Amino acid sequence: MAEQRRQLTGFRRADGRVGIRNHVVILPVDDLSNAASEAVARVVPGALALPHSYGRLQYGPDLELTFRTLIGTGANPNVAAVVVIGIEPAWTDRIADAIAATGKAVARFAIERHGDLRTIEAAARAAQRYVQDASEITREPIERGEILVSIKCGESDTTSGLGSCPTTSQAVDRHVAAGGTVLFGETTELTGGEHLIAQRCADDVVRKRFQDMYDGYLAEVDSHDANLMGSQPTQGNIRGGLSTIEEKALGNIAKTGTAPVVDALEPAVAPTVPGLNFMDTSSAAAECVTLMAAAGAVLHLFPTGQGNIIGHPIEPVIKLTANPITAATMGEHIDLDCSGLLRREYDLPSAGDLLVEVIDRSINGRLTCAEALAHREFVLTKLYRSA
Amino acid sequence: MTSSVRPPDFLVHDDGDDVAVAVRDLTPGPVRGAVLADNSDVSAEVLDEVPLGHKFALRDLGAGTPVIEYSVQVAVTTAPIKAGNYVHTHNVRSARWQNSVAN
Repeated sequence: MAEQRRQLTGFRRADGRVGIRNHVVILPVDDLSNAASEAVARVVPGALALPHSYGRLQYGPDLELTFRTLIGTGANPNVAAVVVIGIEPAWTDRIADAIAATGKAVARFAIERHGDLRTIEAAARAAQRYVQDASEITREPIERGEILVSIKCGESDTTSGLGSCPTTSQAVDRHVAAGGTVLFGETTELTGGEHLIAQRCADDVVRKRFQDMYDGYLAEVDSHDANLMGSQPTQGNIRGGLSTIEEKALGNIAKTGTAPVVDALEPAVAPTVPGLNFMDTSSAAAECVTLMAAAGAVLHLFPTGQGNIIGHPIEPVIKLTANPITAATMGEHIDLDCSGLLRREYDLPSAGDLLVEVIDRSINGRLTCAEALAHREFVLTKLYRSA
Repeated sequence: MTSSVRPPDFLVHDDGDDVAVAVRDLTPGPVRGAVLADNSDVSAEVLDEVPLGHKFALRDLGAGTPVIEYSVQVAVTTAPIKAGNYVHTHNVRSARWQNSVAN
Protein backbone atom coordinates (compact mmCIF):
# COMPACT_ATOMS: atom_id res chain seq x y z
CA MET A 1 0.00 0.00 0.00
CA ALA A 2 1.11 3.52 -0.72
CA GLU A 3 1.30 4.55 2.92
CA GLN A 4 3.85 1.82 3.63
CA ARG A 5 6.31 3.56 1.30
CA ARG A 6 5.96 6.98 2.88
CA GLN A 7 8.95 7.90 5.03
CA LEU A 8 7.90 8.94 8.51
CA THR A 9 10.04 11.12 10.75
CA GLY A 10 10.01 11.92 14.42
CA PHE A 11 12.04 12.64 17.53
CA ARG A 12 13.63 9.68 19.27
CA ARG A 13 13.91 10.39 23.01
CA ALA A 14 16.42 9.16 25.58
CA ASP A 15 14.02 6.46 26.83
CA GLY A 16 13.64 5.11 23.29
CA ARG A 17 10.10 6.38 22.75
CA VAL A 18 9.26 8.37 19.63
CA GLY A 19 7.56 11.76 19.48
CA ILE A 20 6.22 13.74 16.54
CA ARG A 21 6.46 17.19 18.16
CA ASN A 22 9.28 18.90 20.04
CA HIS A 23 7.67 21.03 22.75
CA VAL A 24 9.33 22.69 25.72
CA VAL A 25 6.72 22.54 28.48
CA ILE A 26 6.28 24.73 31.55
CA LEU A 27 4.44 22.38 33.90
CA PRO A 28 2.73 23.73 37.02
CA VAL A 29 2.47 21.20 39.85
CA ASP A 30 -0.61 22.96 41.24
CA ASP A 31 -3.18 25.64 40.53
CA LEU A 32 -1.14 28.22 42.46
CA SER A 33 1.74 27.88 40.03
CA ASN A 34 -0.29 28.59 36.89
CA ALA A 35 0.43 32.32 37.01
CA ALA A 36 4.22 31.91 37.12
CA SER A 37 4.10 29.16 34.47
CA GLU A 38 2.08 31.30 32.10
CA ALA A 39 4.36 34.27 32.77
CA VAL A 40 7.40 32.21 31.79
CA ALA A 41 5.70 31.18 28.55
CA ARG A 42 4.99 34.85 27.79
CA VAL A 43 8.65 35.77 28.30
CA VAL A 44 9.83 32.73 26.31
CA PRO A 45 7.15 32.28 23.65
CA GLY A 46 8.72 29.09 22.31
CA ALA A 47 7.74 27.36 25.54
CA LEU A 48 4.25 26.07 26.28
CA ALA A 49 2.57 26.45 29.69
CA LEU A 50 0.07 23.78 30.75
CA PRO A 51 -2.15 25.46 33.36
CA HIS A 52 -4.65 23.26 35.21
CA SER A 53 -6.97 23.46 38.19
CA TYR A 54 -5.70 21.00 40.80
CA GLY A 55 -2.72 19.67 42.74
CA ARG A 56 -3.51 20.84 46.29
CA LEU A 57 -4.80 18.72 49.20
CA GLN A 58 -5.61 15.75 47.03
CA TYR A 59 -5.11 12.33 48.57
CA GLY A 60 -5.18 8.63 47.79
CA PRO A 61 -5.96 7.40 44.27
CA ASP A 62 -7.07 10.90 43.21
CA LEU A 63 -3.65 12.35 44.10
CA GLU A 64 -1.90 9.42 42.44
CA LEU A 65 -3.86 10.00 39.25
CA THR A 66 -2.99 13.71 39.23
CA PHE A 67 0.71 12.92 39.77
CA ARG A 68 0.62 10.21 37.10
CA THR A 69 -1.06 12.58 34.66
CA LEU A 70 1.40 15.43 35.25
CA ILE A 71 4.45 13.14 35.17
CA GLY A 72 3.20 11.29 32.10
CA THR A 73 2.50 14.54 30.27
CA GLY A 74 6.01 15.85 30.98
CA ALA A 75 7.50 12.49 30.03
CA ASN A 76 5.51 12.29 26.77
CA PRO A 77 7.89 11.92 23.81
CA ASN A 78 6.30 14.94 22.10
CA VAL A 79 8.09 16.96 24.80
CA ALA A 80 11.79 17.78 24.51
CA ALA A 81 12.33 19.38 27.93
CA VAL A 82 10.29 20.43 30.96
CA VAL A 83 10.38 23.28 33.46
CA VAL A 84 8.41 22.21 36.56
CA ILE A 85 7.05 24.95 38.85
CA GLY A 86 5.30 24.20 42.15
CA ILE A 87 4.37 26.13 45.24
CA GLU A 88 6.53 24.02 47.57
CA PRO A 89 9.64 21.93 46.87
CA ALA A 90 8.64 18.40 47.96
CA TRP A 91 5.86 17.74 45.44
CA THR A 92 7.74 19.77 42.84
CA ASP A 93 10.67 17.38 43.24
CA ARG A 94 8.38 14.39 43.06
CA ILE A 95 7.08 15.46 39.64
CA ALA A 96 10.44 16.66 38.34
CA ASP A 97 12.36 13.56 39.48
CA ALA A 98 9.91 11.19 37.82
CA ILE A 99 10.08 13.09 34.51
CA ALA A 100 13.89 13.30 34.71
CA ALA A 101 13.99 9.50 35.10
CA THR A 102 13.08 9.27 31.40
CA GLY A 103 16.39 10.98 30.58
CA LYS A 104 14.70 14.23 29.62
CA ALA A 105 16.08 17.67 30.52
CA VAL A 106 14.11 18.91 33.54
CA ALA A 107 14.48 22.07 35.62
CA ARG A 108 12.46 22.64 38.79
CA PHE A 109 11.47 25.71 40.77
CA ALA A 110 9.49 26.07 43.99
CA ILE A 111 7.84 29.42 44.66
CA GLU A 112 7.89 29.43 48.49
CA ARG A 113 10.79 31.53 49.90
CA HIS A 114 11.30 33.08 46.44
CA GLY A 115 7.99 34.52 45.31
CA ASP A 116 6.57 34.58 41.80
CA LEU A 117 8.92 37.18 40.32
CA ARG A 118 12.25 35.59 41.23
CA THR A 119 10.81 32.19 40.25
CA ILE A 120 9.67 33.54 36.88
CA GLU A 121 13.12 34.93 36.13
CA ALA A 122 14.96 31.75 37.05
CA ALA A 123 12.46 29.52 35.27
CA ALA A 124 12.49 31.73 32.18
CA ARG A 125 16.28 31.45 31.96
CA ALA A 126 15.97 27.65 32.05
CA ALA A 127 13.12 27.72 29.54
CA GLN A 128 15.10 29.90 27.14
CA ARG A 129 18.03 27.48 27.23
CA TYR A 130 15.70 24.51 26.65
CA VAL A 131 13.95 26.19 23.72
CA GLN A 132 17.28 26.91 22.06
CA ASP A 133 18.54 23.39 22.75
CA ALA A 134 15.32 21.85 21.43
CA SER A 135 15.68 23.81 18.21
CA GLU A 136 18.78 21.75 17.41
CA ILE A 137 17.07 18.38 17.87
CA THR A 138 16.37 17.09 14.38
CA ARG A 139 13.82 14.66 13.04
CA GLU A 140 15.02 11.22 12.09
CA PRO A 141 13.40 8.32 10.23
CA ILE A 142 10.99 6.30 12.38
CA GLU A 143 8.85 3.24 11.90
CA ARG A 144 5.06 3.51 11.85
CA GLY A 145 4.77 1.01 14.68
CA GLU A 146 6.78 3.28 17.01
CA ILE A 147 3.97 5.85 17.05
CA LEU A 148 1.58 5.51 20.01
CA VAL A 149 -1.87 6.49 18.72
CA SER A 150 -4.98 7.23 20.79
CA ILE A 151 -8.61 7.38 19.64
CA LYS A 152 -11.74 8.92 21.12
CA CYS A 153 -14.79 10.37 19.39
CA GLY A 154 -17.01 13.26 20.42
CA GLU A 155 -20.20 15.17 19.69
CA SER A 156 -21.14 11.99 17.91
CA ASP A 157 -24.16 11.55 15.71
CA THR A 158 -25.34 8.81 13.42
CA THR A 159 -22.81 9.86 10.76
CA SER A 160 -20.08 8.88 13.27
CA GLY A 161 -21.21 5.26 13.15
CA LEU A 162 -21.73 5.39 9.38
CA GLY A 163 -18.56 7.22 8.37
CA SER A 164 -15.97 8.81 10.62
CA CYS A 165 -15.68 5.95 13.12
CA PRO A 166 -15.40 3.17 10.50
CA THR A 167 -12.83 5.33 8.68
CA THR A 168 -10.87 5.58 11.94
CA SER A 169 -11.12 1.81 12.33
CA GLN A 170 -9.28 1.44 9.03
CA ALA A 171 -6.35 3.41 10.40
CA VAL A 172 -6.49 1.55 13.73
CA ASP A 173 -6.39 -1.89 12.10
CA ARG A 174 -3.54 -0.86 9.81
CA HIS A 175 -1.60 0.66 12.71
CA VAL A 176 -1.94 -2.49 14.81
CA ALA A 177 -0.98 -4.62 11.80
CA ALA A 178 2.20 -2.49 11.51
CA GLY A 179 3.13 -3.45 15.07
CA GLY A 180 1.82 -0.25 16.60
CA THR A 181 -0.18 0.44 19.72
CA VAL A 182 -3.56 2.18 19.91
CA LEU A 183 -5.41 3.35 23.04
CA PHE A 184 -9.20 3.58 23.27
CA GLY A 185 -11.34 4.31 26.33
CA GLU A 186 -14.69 6.02 27.10
CA THR A 187 -15.88 3.39 29.56
CA THR A 188 -19.52 4.43 29.97
CA GLU A 189 -19.91 5.01 26.24
CA LEU A 190 -19.45 1.30 25.63
CA THR A 191 -22.85 0.66 27.26
CA GLY A 192 -24.91 -1.56 25.01
CA GLY A 193 -21.87 -2.93 23.23
CA GLU A 194 -19.55 -3.70 26.15
CA HIS A 195 -20.06 -7.41 25.48
CA LEU A 196 -18.52 -6.88 22.03
CA ILE A 197 -15.35 -5.47 23.65
CA ALA A 198 -15.30 -8.25 26.26
CA GLN A 199 -15.49 -10.83 23.47
CA ARG A 200 -12.45 -9.27 21.81
CA CYS A 201 -10.25 -9.33 24.92
CA ALA A 202 -7.14 -11.41 24.28
CA ASP A 203 -7.58 -13.69 27.30
CA ASP A 204 -9.65 -14.18 30.43
CA VAL A 205 -7.32 -12.06 32.58
CA VAL A 206 -7.71 -9.02 30.34
CA ARG A 207 -11.43 -9.75 29.97
CA LYS A 208 -11.95 -9.76 33.74
CA ARG A 209 -9.93 -6.59 34.19
CA PHE A 210 -11.98 -4.87 31.47
CA GLN A 211 -15.28 -6.10 32.89
CA ASP A 212 -14.35 -5.00 36.41
CA MET A 213 -13.46 -1.52 35.14
CA TYR A 214 -16.71 -1.29 33.20
CA ASP A 215 -18.85 -2.56 36.08
CA GLY A 216 -17.02 -0.28 38.52
CA TYR A 217 -17.65 2.84 36.42
CA LEU A 218 -21.32 2.00 36.01
CA ALA A 219 -21.64 1.32 39.75
CA GLU A 220 -20.07 4.73 40.38
CA VAL A 221 -22.69 6.38 38.16
CA ASP A 222 -25.44 4.46 39.94
CA SER A 223 -24.05 5.37 43.37
CA HIS A 224 -24.84 9.01 42.65
CA ASP A 225 -28.45 8.02 41.97
CA ALA A 226 -27.74 9.59 38.64
CA ASN A 227 -30.16 10.39 35.93
CA LEU A 228 -27.99 10.74 32.87
CA MET A 229 -30.76 12.45 30.94
CA GLY A 230 -29.21 15.11 28.76
CA SER A 231 -25.76 13.75 29.46
CA GLN A 232 -25.64 10.37 27.74
CA PRO A 233 -26.51 10.85 24.97
CA THR A 234 -25.71 14.56 25.01
CA GLN A 235 -28.07 17.17 23.61
CA GLY A 236 -25.71 17.41 20.63
CA ASN A 237 -25.87 13.67 20.10
CA ILE A 238 -29.68 13.80 20.14
CA ARG A 239 -29.80 16.74 17.75
CA GLY A 240 -27.64 14.64 15.43
CA GLY A 241 -30.11 11.75 15.51
CA LEU A 242 -28.71 9.46 18.22
CA SER A 243 -31.57 8.24 20.40
CA THR A 244 -29.91 6.12 23.12
CA ILE A 245 -26.59 5.38 24.81
CA GLU A 246 -26.58 1.95 23.12
CA GLU A 247 -26.82 3.46 19.66
CA LYS A 248 -24.07 5.93 20.52
CA ALA A 249 -21.89 3.12 21.91
CA LEU A 250 -22.12 1.01 18.77
CA GLY A 251 -20.93 3.93 16.66
CA ASN A 252 -18.17 4.55 19.19
CA ILE A 253 -17.08 0.91 19.12
CA ALA A 254 -17.03 0.97 15.32
CA LYS A 255 -13.85 3.05 15.47
CA THR A 256 -11.89 0.39 17.40
CA GLY A 257 -11.56 -1.84 14.35
CA THR A 258 -11.17 -5.60 14.58
CA ALA A 259 -7.94 -6.21 16.52
CA PRO A 260 -8.02 -8.11 19.82
CA VAL A 261 -7.95 -6.03 23.01
CA VAL A 262 -4.56 -6.92 24.49
CA ASP A 263 -4.77 -5.06 27.80
CA ALA A 264 -7.08 -3.00 30.03
CA LEU A 265 -5.21 -0.06 31.58
CA GLU A 266 -5.84 2.21 34.53
CA PRO A 267 -6.12 5.87 33.42
CA ALA A 268 -2.84 7.57 32.40
CA VAL A 269 -0.86 4.31 32.58
CA ALA A 270 1.52 3.66 29.68
CA PRO A 271 0.74 0.52 27.67
CA THR A 272 3.26 -2.32 27.73
CA VAL A 273 1.67 -4.74 25.27
CA PRO A 274 1.69 -3.72 21.58
CA GLY A 275 -1.72 -3.65 19.93
CA LEU A 276 -5.15 -2.30 20.82
CA ASN A 277 -5.33 -1.32 24.52
CA PHE A 278 -8.43 -0.29 26.47
CA MET A 279 -8.04 2.49 29.06
CA ASP A 280 -10.63 3.17 31.77
CA THR A 281 -11.51 6.83 31.09
CA SER A 282 -14.27 9.36 31.19
CA SER A 283 -15.97 10.00 27.87
CA ALA A 284 -15.49 13.76 28.24
CA ALA A 285 -13.16 14.63 25.38
CA ALA A 286 -10.52 16.76 27.10
CA GLU A 287 -10.29 14.50 30.16
CA CYS A 288 -9.93 11.41 27.99
CA VAL A 289 -7.33 12.85 25.59
CA THR A 290 -5.35 14.27 28.55
CA LEU A 291 -5.21 10.81 30.18
CA MET A 292 -4.13 9.18 26.92
CA ALA A 293 -1.41 11.78 26.27
CA ALA A 294 -0.21 11.17 29.83
CA ALA A 295 0.08 7.48 28.94
CA GLY A 296 2.45 8.52 26.15
CA ALA A 297 0.14 8.81 23.14
CA VAL A 298 1.64 11.19 20.57
CA LEU A 299 -1.14 11.38 17.98
CA HIS A 300 -4.89 11.35 18.51
CA LEU A 301 -7.63 10.45 16.02
CA PHE A 302 -10.95 12.11 16.85
CA PRO A 303 -14.03 11.26 14.78
CA THR A 304 -16.87 13.73 15.30
CA GLY A 305 -20.43 14.11 14.09
CA GLN A 306 -21.85 17.45 15.20
CA GLY A 307 -18.39 19.00 15.53
CA ASN A 308 -16.36 18.70 18.73
CA ILE A 309 -13.51 21.21 18.35
CA ILE A 310 -11.02 19.71 20.83
CA GLY A 311 -7.24 19.88 20.75
CA HIS A 312 -4.51 19.13 23.28
CA PRO A 313 -1.37 21.14 24.11
CA ILE A 314 1.18 18.45 23.26
CA GLU A 315 -0.71 15.63 21.51
CA PRO A 316 -1.88 16.68 18.04
CA VAL A 317 -5.56 15.83 17.50
CA ILE A 318 -6.74 14.92 14.00
CA LYS A 319 -10.48 15.43 13.63
CA LEU A 320 -12.60 13.82 10.95
CA THR A 321 -16.29 13.93 10.17
CA ALA A 322 -18.71 12.30 7.77
CA ASN A 323 -21.42 14.85 8.53
CA PRO A 324 -21.66 17.12 5.48
CA ILE A 325 -23.23 19.95 7.52
CA THR A 326 -20.35 19.89 10.02
CA ALA A 327 -17.78 19.71 7.23
CA ALA A 328 -19.40 22.67 5.46
CA THR A 329 -19.98 24.90 8.48
CA MET A 330 -16.96 24.03 10.70
CA GLY A 331 -14.28 23.32 8.13
CA GLU A 332 -11.54 25.07 10.10
CA HIS A 333 -11.80 22.31 12.72
CA ILE A 334 -11.94 19.33 10.38
CA ASP A 335 -8.73 17.69 9.15
CA LEU A 336 -10.57 15.13 7.03
CA ASP A 337 -14.04 15.38 5.50
CA CYS A 338 -15.15 11.80 4.77
CA SER A 339 -18.79 12.67 4.06
CA GLY A 340 -18.29 11.13 0.62
CA LEU A 341 -18.87 7.80 2.35
CA LEU A 342 -22.49 8.78 2.96
CA ARG A 343 -22.90 9.61 -0.71
CA ARG A 344 -21.13 6.35 -1.66
CA GLU A 345 -18.56 8.33 -3.64
CA TYR A 346 -15.83 6.03 -2.35
CA ASP A 347 -15.58 2.92 -0.22
CA LEU A 348 -14.28 2.45 3.32
CA PRO A 349 -10.73 1.32 2.44
CA SER A 350 -10.42 4.43 0.25
CA ALA A 351 -11.56 6.61 3.15
CA GLY A 352 -8.94 4.81 5.23
CA ASP A 353 -6.29 5.73 2.65
CA LEU A 354 -7.32 9.40 2.91
CA LEU A 355 -7.04 9.30 6.71
CA VAL A 356 -3.66 7.56 6.66
CA GLU A 357 -2.37 10.29 4.38
CA VAL A 358 -3.52 12.96 6.87
CA ILE A 359 -1.95 10.94 9.70
CA ASP A 360 1.38 10.65 7.91
CA ARG A 361 1.53 14.35 7.08
CA SER A 362 0.68 15.20 10.69
CA ILE A 363 3.37 12.83 11.98
CA ASN A 364 5.88 14.50 9.68
CA GLY A 365 5.11 17.95 11.05
CA ARG A 366 2.04 19.41 9.35
CA LEU A 367 0.00 21.22 12.00
CA THR A 368 -3.49 19.87 12.65
CA CYS A 369 -6.48 22.23 12.63
CA ALA A 370 -6.50 22.19 16.44
CA GLU A 371 -2.80 23.09 16.61
CA ALA A 372 -3.22 25.92 14.11
CA LEU A 373 -6.16 27.30 16.10
CA ALA A 374 -4.29 26.82 19.44
CA HIS A 375 -6.85 24.43 20.94
CA ARG A 376 -4.91 23.25 23.98
CA GLU A 377 -7.45 21.58 26.23
CA PHE A 378 -5.60 20.08 29.20
CA VAL A 379 -8.02 18.75 31.82
CA LEU A 380 -7.12 16.60 34.81
CA THR A 381 -9.55 13.86 35.83
CA LYS A 382 -10.65 14.42 39.43
CA LEU A 383 -11.83 11.25 41.18
CA TYR A 384 -13.36 12.94 44.28
CA ARG A 385 -13.20 16.05 46.50
CA SER A 386 -9.87 17.19 47.89
CA ALA A 387 -9.30 17.03 51.64
CA MET B 1 -13.26 3.34 -5.37
CA THR B 2 -16.97 2.61 -5.66
CA SER B 3 -18.34 3.71 -8.99
CA SER B 4 -20.21 6.96 -8.88
CA VAL B 5 -23.92 6.26 -8.49
CA ARG B 6 -26.88 8.37 -7.46
CA PRO B 7 -26.25 9.28 -3.82
CA PRO B 8 -28.42 7.16 -1.50
CA ASP B 9 -31.28 8.67 0.51
CA PHE B 10 -30.52 6.45 3.49
CA LEU B 11 -28.10 3.83 4.77
CA VAL B 12 -28.67 0.67 6.81
CA HIS B 13 -25.84 -0.80 8.90
CA ASP B 14 -26.76 -4.48 8.71
CA ASP B 15 -29.27 -6.63 6.89
CA GLY B 16 -32.05 -7.30 9.39
CA ASP B 17 -31.79 -3.94 11.20
CA ASP B 18 -35.12 -2.38 12.22
CA VAL B 19 -34.05 1.19 11.45
CA ALA B 20 -32.31 3.10 8.67
CA VAL B 21 -30.42 6.41 8.82
CA ALA B 22 -31.31 9.28 6.48
CA VAL B 23 -28.20 10.70 4.80
CA ARG B 24 -30.11 13.71 3.49
CA ASP B 25 -33.23 15.48 4.71
CA LEU B 26 -36.13 13.23 3.69
CA THR B 27 -39.76 14.12 3.01
CA PRO B 28 -42.60 11.57 2.89
CA GLY B 29 -42.46 9.32 -0.16
CA PRO B 30 -40.37 6.56 -1.75
CA VAL B 31 -36.65 6.54 -0.96
CA ARG B 32 -33.66 4.48 -2.01
CA GLY B 33 -30.73 3.36 0.08
CA ALA B 34 -28.02 0.80 0.68
CA VAL B 35 -27.05 -1.76 3.29
CA LEU B 36 -23.44 -1.09 4.36
CA ALA B 37 -22.71 -4.68 5.42
CA ASP B 38 -23.15 -6.12 1.90
CA ASN B 39 -23.48 -2.97 -0.22
CA SER B 40 -26.90 -4.17 -1.43
CA ASP B 41 -29.59 -1.74 -2.62
CA VAL B 42 -32.81 -1.34 -0.67
CA SER B 43 -35.89 0.82 -1.05
CA ALA B 44 -38.45 2.09 1.44
CA GLU B 45 -41.36 4.48 1.86
CA VAL B 46 -41.02 7.17 4.53
CA LEU B 47 -44.17 8.51 6.19
CA ASP B 48 -42.67 11.48 8.06
CA GLU B 49 -40.04 14.14 7.56
CA VAL B 50 -36.69 12.67 8.64
CA PRO B 51 -33.70 15.04 8.96
CA LEU B 52 -30.22 14.06 7.83
CA GLY B 53 -28.68 11.68 10.38
CA HIS B 54 -32.01 10.74 11.92
CA LYS B 55 -33.73 7.38 11.67
CA PHE B 56 -36.89 5.82 10.31
CA ALA B 57 -38.34 2.34 10.81
CA LEU B 58 -37.93 -0.33 8.15
CA ARG B 59 -40.76 -2.44 9.58
CA ASP B 60 -43.71 -2.16 11.94
CA LEU B 61 -42.66 -2.28 15.62
CA GLY B 62 -45.15 -2.71 18.47
CA ALA B 63 -44.86 -0.74 21.71
CA GLY B 64 -42.29 -2.15 24.14
CA THR B 65 -40.32 -4.15 21.57
CA PRO B 66 -36.54 -4.14 20.98
CA VAL B 67 -35.10 -1.96 18.21
CA ILE B 68 -32.19 -3.54 16.33
CA GLU B 69 -29.41 -1.53 14.64
CA TYR B 70 -25.85 -2.76 13.90
CA SER B 71 -27.51 -6.20 14.47
CA VAL B 72 -27.62 -5.29 18.20
CA GLN B 73 -30.46 -3.99 20.36
CA VAL B 74 -30.03 -0.22 20.66
CA ALA B 75 -33.38 0.77 22.17
CA VAL B 76 -36.88 -0.29 23.16
CA THR B 77 -39.96 1.29 21.64
CA THR B 78 -42.26 3.40 23.85
CA ALA B 79 -45.09 3.60 21.29
CA PRO B 80 -46.20 1.63 18.25
CA ILE B 81 -44.12 2.53 15.17
CA LYS B 82 -45.08 1.89 11.56
CA ALA B 83 -42.62 1.14 8.78
CA GLY B 84 -41.56 4.56 7.48
CA ASN B 85 -42.17 6.45 10.74
CA TYR B 86 -39.55 8.79 12.15
CA VAL B 87 -37.78 7.05 15.06
CA HIS B 88 -36.19 9.10 17.83
CA THR B 89 -36.50 9.94 21.52
CA HIS B 90 -40.27 10.48 21.19
CA ASN B 91 -40.90 6.80 20.49
CA VAL B 92 -37.82 4.87 21.66
CA ARG B 93 -35.68 4.86 24.82
CA SER B 94 -32.57 3.22 26.20
CA ALA B 95 -33.11 -0.38 27.24
CA ARG B 96 -30.06 -0.19 29.49
CA TRP B 97 -30.37 3.03 31.44
CA GLN B 98 -33.99 3.15 32.53
CA ASN B 99 -33.50 6.53 34.19
CA SER B 100 -31.87 7.94 31.12
CA VAL B 101 -34.81 8.91 28.97
CA ALA B 102 -33.26 11.36 26.54
CA ASN B 103 -35.74 14.10 25.80
